[in-house]
Amino acid sequence: MNTHAPSAASSAYQRIYVWELPVRFYHWLNALCILVLTATGFLIANPPAINTASEASFSYWFGLNRFIHFAAAYVFVFNFAFRIYWGFVGNKYANWKNFLPLRWAQAKEVASVLRVDILQSSNKPLVAAGHNALAYLTYFVMFLVFVFQVASGFAMYANMSNAWFPQLFTWMLPIFGGDAGLRQWHHLATWFFIIFTIIHVYLVFYHDYVEGHGVLSSMAGGWKFLPKKQPAGEGKSLFSGAPVTTKPAGASPRSPS
Amino acid sequence: MDTLIPSTSVDSRDSTTVYEQLTSRGVSRRDFLKFCGWMSACMGLGSEGVAQVAQALETKKRIPVVWLHFQECTCCSESFLRSSHPIVADILLDKISLDYTETLLAASGHQAESVLHQTITKYKGEYLLCVEGSVPTAAEGVYCCIGGRSATDIIQEVAAGAKAIIAWGNCACSGCVQAAKPNPTSATPISKIITGKPIVHVQGCPPIAEVMAGVLVHLLTFDRIPQLDALGRPKAFYSRRVHDTCYRRPNYDAGLFVESFDDENARKGYCLYKMGCRGPTTYNSCGTIRWNGGVSFPIQSGHGCIGCSESSFWDNGPFYERLGSFPGFGIETTADKIGLVVGAATVVGAAGHAVLTNVRKHHEIGEQPGESAANGPSTSAGGSSNQGGTES
Ligand code: HEM
Ligand code: SF4
Ligand code: SF4
Repeated sequence: MNTHAPSAASSAYQRIYVWELPVRFYHWLNALCILVLTATGFLIANPPAINTASEASFSYWFGLNRFIHFAAAYVFVFNFAFRIYWGFVGNKYANWKNFLPLRWAQAKEVASVLRVDILQSSNKPLVAAGHNALAYLTYFVMFLVFVFQVASGFAMYANMSNAWFPQLFTWMLPIFGGDAGLRQWHHLATWFFIIFTIIHVYLVFYHDYVEGHGVLSSMAGGWKFLPKKQPAGEGKSLFSGAPVTTKPAGASPRSPS
Repeated sequence: MDTLIPSTSVDSRDSTTVYEQLTSRGVSRRDFLKFCGWMSACMGLGSEGVAQVAQALETKKRIPVVWLHFQECTCCSESFLRSSHPIVADILLDKISLDYTETLLAASGHQAESVLHQTITKYKGEYLLCVEGSVPTAAEGVYCCIGGRSATDIIQEVAAGAKAIIAWGNCACSGCVQAAKPNPTSATPISKIITGKPIVHVQGCPPIAEVMAGVLVHLLTFDRIPQLDALGRPKAFYSRRVHDTCYRRPNYDAGLFVESFDDENARKGYCLYKMGCRGPTTYNSCGTIRWNGGVSFPIQSGHGCIGCSESSFWDNGPFYERLGSFPGFGIETTADKIGLVVGAATVVGAAGHAVLTNVRKHHEIGEQPGESAANGPSTSAGGSSNQGGTES
């Protein structure tokens, strides 16, 4: 098997620059934030018993842990805001319109992905240059959880801060029965992140393995390798895989990274 | 003692000011000013507030007050009356012209009812309504009847002519224990029954006496509702969490926690967070004003806060666990248990799916253009013959 980019003459594949640098940057910073927030969040929820003979005033690890949680929360929020902005100015794979299956073609693609990849009642190959429509939809749901986690987190944070930003979310408190109720939901939503991550990582490996289009590395370099002529069948109607700016393999400019 | 008992006639109290009443009862000017200073400190008014409070009590007429009791245990009245400061009880019983309250009324039966009616007719639009207790709405209100009328009826009638309403304690603010699941009598907080009137939520089970007095003095002094938070509680007393004013807080930040009530850490006075302390989610003045004239408060006595000034604090239990049970999932099912079960199911599901993939997509894996495992690298540009799959 040829693992290098095949020469233009012999290759059945073309390289497509899908994930621009800002999208990749967003992705990994977001992943880091979620990792840090989950770890520090669980420490807040259930601190380990660390006993020292020293006075309280000489130690601050728990306060520091909370500080990291809140600092990461700010990074998370601005990174997320940036991604929303990029949904309007970035390339077509990053466009916000992909995230909601409002068009018939997108809705149909959601159904095919369910059939081919999840239930596996069909084996028609699907080719999506960006994410497939179901994945986009999943990320949209994920974004809603982001919004919830940010709103609930900052609502709890509001009384520890004089900044204006956290105060924007205090309306959450009465709805969820005060801080105690909100904290419960904030904690439960953390599990959503964990479960999402399990499925997300599994599916990336799945697609990389089954399709061999280089999904796994696409979030590092930005490139995907797709068949030059897409096979007939369900793959054709793809919204996000429709006419793409392709570059012949090997003859491409590098990404700005 | 007879001055403690509201008279059956409301007229005798019309013209005197709070200060006149106090001096006639032998309170010295010095004690009066000390009280004003103490109250304005409680309210967070600062030194200029003392003069305002003193002036108001000296010049303003007493406010007529009707104090209703519904589903409650009277701990709010008890808290107030037992305040260590004598003038606090005086305020309630004389100075604010408490015209009707079932618990302390000497009169009973028709006599008592007529006082209530005199007051609400004569002072329509002027009187202050204090409510202790929640209102049960199930079964047309039979669970709480006074003088043959349901609490729902009474509150509707009396609230209609009130200038403002003070909801005392967790019962009136959010239903307290009688509204805990499954809430058999449909115990309902006042704000869900009365709309269109300013309602001050003086939370707690019971509220701290000084807080109750502070709210009344504020109303007397400024003639308007104090600044309230999103849940209707006066910001002067409920803007900070018990946790933010707790003297054990340095232990929290240092990660020094009591692990069980009889351990070494408990003796050292470490933070009670892991024993279920609700201080981090509870807004009240316990850490600053404290209880019984500043003697102590629950955490100082070695017990965590149970969150008594928050709505549905009974349902946020168990009290001695950090993470509460999750609503709708039964006792001791925490968010973590739910998460672990769903997480494990996800891992199993993914593993199963991976196996399924290798079976169902046996032929497709590696059968990509140019990379057919069977044929070696292919130069064909289209899909290989294996590619279309077999199903429709
Ligand atoms: C993005 C904005 C976020 C903010 C402002 C925020 C803020 C907070 C705050 C204020 C607390 C309570 C801490 C305390 O009272 O000492 C908290 C707890 C926690 N946070 Fe966040 N958080 C955010 C995002 C996240 C995310 C993304 C996760 C997980 C993926 C997370 C997981 C947790 C956990 C597990 C707790 C402990 C909850 C408990 O059991 O009490 N947070 N967070
Ligand atoms: S004892 Fe309770 S209120 Fe005090 S610092 Fe610990 S958690 Fe906070
Ligand atoms: S410490 Fe907590 S439970 Fe105790 S009285 Fe104060 S608010 Fe209520």
